Amino acid sequence: MRGYLVRRFVLLIPTLFIVTIMVFLVVRFVPGDIVDMMVAEMSDLGEAATEDEIDIEWVRHKLGLDVPVHVQYGRWIGRIILHGDLGNSLWTQRPVIDDLRARIPVTFELSLMALIISVLIAIPVGVYSAIRQDTLGDYVGRTFAIAGLSIPNFWLGTMIVVLPAIYWGWSPPIEYIPLVDDVSGNLGQFIIPAIIMGTGTSAGLMRMTRTMMLEVLRNDYIRTAWAKGLTERVVVLRHALKNASLPLITMLGARIPGLLGGAIIMEQIFCLPGMGRLMIAAINNRDYPIISSVNLIMAAIVMFCILLTDISYAYVDPRIRYR
Amino acid sequence: MSDKAVGTTGGPVPEARKHFWLIDFFIRLVREKPMGTFGGVIVLMLLFVGIFADFLAPFGYNYINLKAILVPPSAGYILGTDNIGRDLLSRIIYGARISMFVGLGAATLDVLVATLIGLISGYFGGKVDLILQRFVDAVIVFPALFFYLAVMAIVGPGLLQVIFCIGILTGIGSSRLIRSAVMGAKQNVYVDAAKSIGASNARILIRHILPNVFAPVIIIFTIAMGAAIIAEASLSFLGFGIPPPIPSWGGMLSGPSRKYMVDAPWMAIWPGLALSLVVYGINMFGDALRDLLDPRLRGGVGGMGAYGSEKASKALAKRTEKSLRASVQKNE
Repeated sequence: MRGYLVRRFVLLIPTLFIVTIMVFLVVRFVPGDIVDMMVAEMSDLGEAATEDEIDIEWVRHKLGLDVPVHVQYGRWIGRIILHGDLGNSLWTQRPVIDDLRARIPVTFELSLMALIISVLIAIPVGVYSAIRQDTLGDYVGRTFAIAGLSIPNFWLGTMIVVLPAIYWGWSPPIEYIPLVDDVSGNLGQFIIPAIIMGTGTSAGLMRMTRTMMLEVLRNDYIRTAWAKGLTERVVVLRHALKNASLPLITMLGARIPGLLGGAIIMEQIFCLPGMGRLMIAAINNRDYPIISSVNLIMAAIVMFCILLTDISYAYVDPRIRYR
Repeated sequence: MSDKAVGTTGGPVPEARKHFWLIDFFIRLVREKPMGTFGGVIVLMLLFVGIFADFLAPFGYNYINLKAILVPPSAGYILGTDNIGRDLLSRIIYGARISMFVGLGAATLDVLVATLIGLISGYFGGKVDLILQRFVDAVIVFPALFFYLAVMAIVGPGLLQVIFCIGILTGIGSSRLIRSAVMGAKQNVYVDAAKSIGASNARILIRHILPNVFAPVIIIFTIAMGAAIIAEASLSFLGFGIPPPIPSWGGMLSGPSRKYMVDAPWMAIWPGLALSLVVYGINMFGDALRDLLDPRLRGGVGGMGAYGSEKASKALAKRTEKSLRASVQKNE
């Protein structure tokens, strides 16, 4: 087990290195005319918080574009590793890390709730669909799954904001309620976007559960379990589902990037101040340090989740553990 | 395979092919996969509407009639008009063209990139594979939408930019499917035979490996097409995809349509319905293709009857056991 973990970590290092280079290039590739544009916009709005005169050299210096590339990269990565310093916003001059610290919990909470909801839907429906194959319930479940895959989240979200507003005059809260202030208010605010994201995600998961269950249920040891006179509950849950759930763990890990990406849209529709809204605001302001930092953090979170998935896979499946 | 003995529908199989393979394929599709056929019809409709948008649309996509602002669906404007008096039906029809371009364009690029990386990585293996796969890993850890947004922030909005951004980035991810298919095909004896008579790597790759990874290529294409259409719509919805006044279904759901949606819900309903219908069609058609082309890569037992799914799950069970063993070996 330890050897396996060590290998997983070692393989992570080159990937992380390439990720940082790609993120770094996002800023580096900012075309020159964009620097000009930023200068023009900044002096128009007079938004730069320093007294320095805003000119091309100043912006280039702020972006760190005035030294050779490898020096830029070294400085940037050095600051991140040594001080946890992701740079400052070009507009507010606030450290990016402060913004992120406020935003990450929102996106994290939303994605986690969506993940939990998707599992809560996918596993029971998938299992039911498999043990009652080709019955009405199976068809309903599968139709739901295909619909969930096809209906775009942002449309579903929009409809859920619009239709109740038309018929009942209800609309979701615009103001963000922090979890520490009001637990039920916060959860009430998150539950609708989380359900929308969760149902979309559950579709693929449900199909996978059904396929894996169908496969496992035809194994000899399941027939043995039936022959022993075990109840359906025990056969299905303890014997079949346990074995069918192995690939589901991998699949769950693979869903995480999609969930985090989908959070952008839900945050936008339901006015939640998460990473997605930060990203969109940063793009509108051409705030490149924020754009690259958000991407770096997101990639790091996903890598961590994939690692976690692999570890839990190894933990559940002894065939991997004892190698 | 021993498919000769029993047909997929259970009846006896004709000894020889009577038709061109494509016709055979369509016959199987219609006979075995009614839902897939339905999906295929939707895809054909998308192509038809997209190609002939100029003839089908009653108005231009940006024809503004200020006397007909926010008209509900009626005889003159079947789907109603938007906040500046443009006919929504015409915009949906032209929007089909945009979705068609994005779907086909991005899926083609996706397949090209995936095949190139997958062939090189899978065939040469060793250090080449190790290094290439770290790059692939690095790309797929970015949540797609965040990555698209960052790239779009640099290249700016536009149809071509969207197609290239989505096509290349998803292609890098799908290369893993091609890679594993290539690694499987490489084991075949005829590859050794080709090597022993001194065939070049290029010849082996193109003549012997490529035809054998054709099934995953088709499957990636259909998955990528639906995903690209949704991705473009999401980007346009957020305002970073295809700029107005070009009617992208995603863009039509953002901005004004959200502002006026309480008074004019039709502005938000039609584009979303069109989008859902098309993606649904592509998904169903893709599922059927997957089942017909390559049972190993099936995600779920699709719209088959009891006999079909029985047979499929048996085959699947055998296959997955094998591939599970292989992946366990790989993971050690």
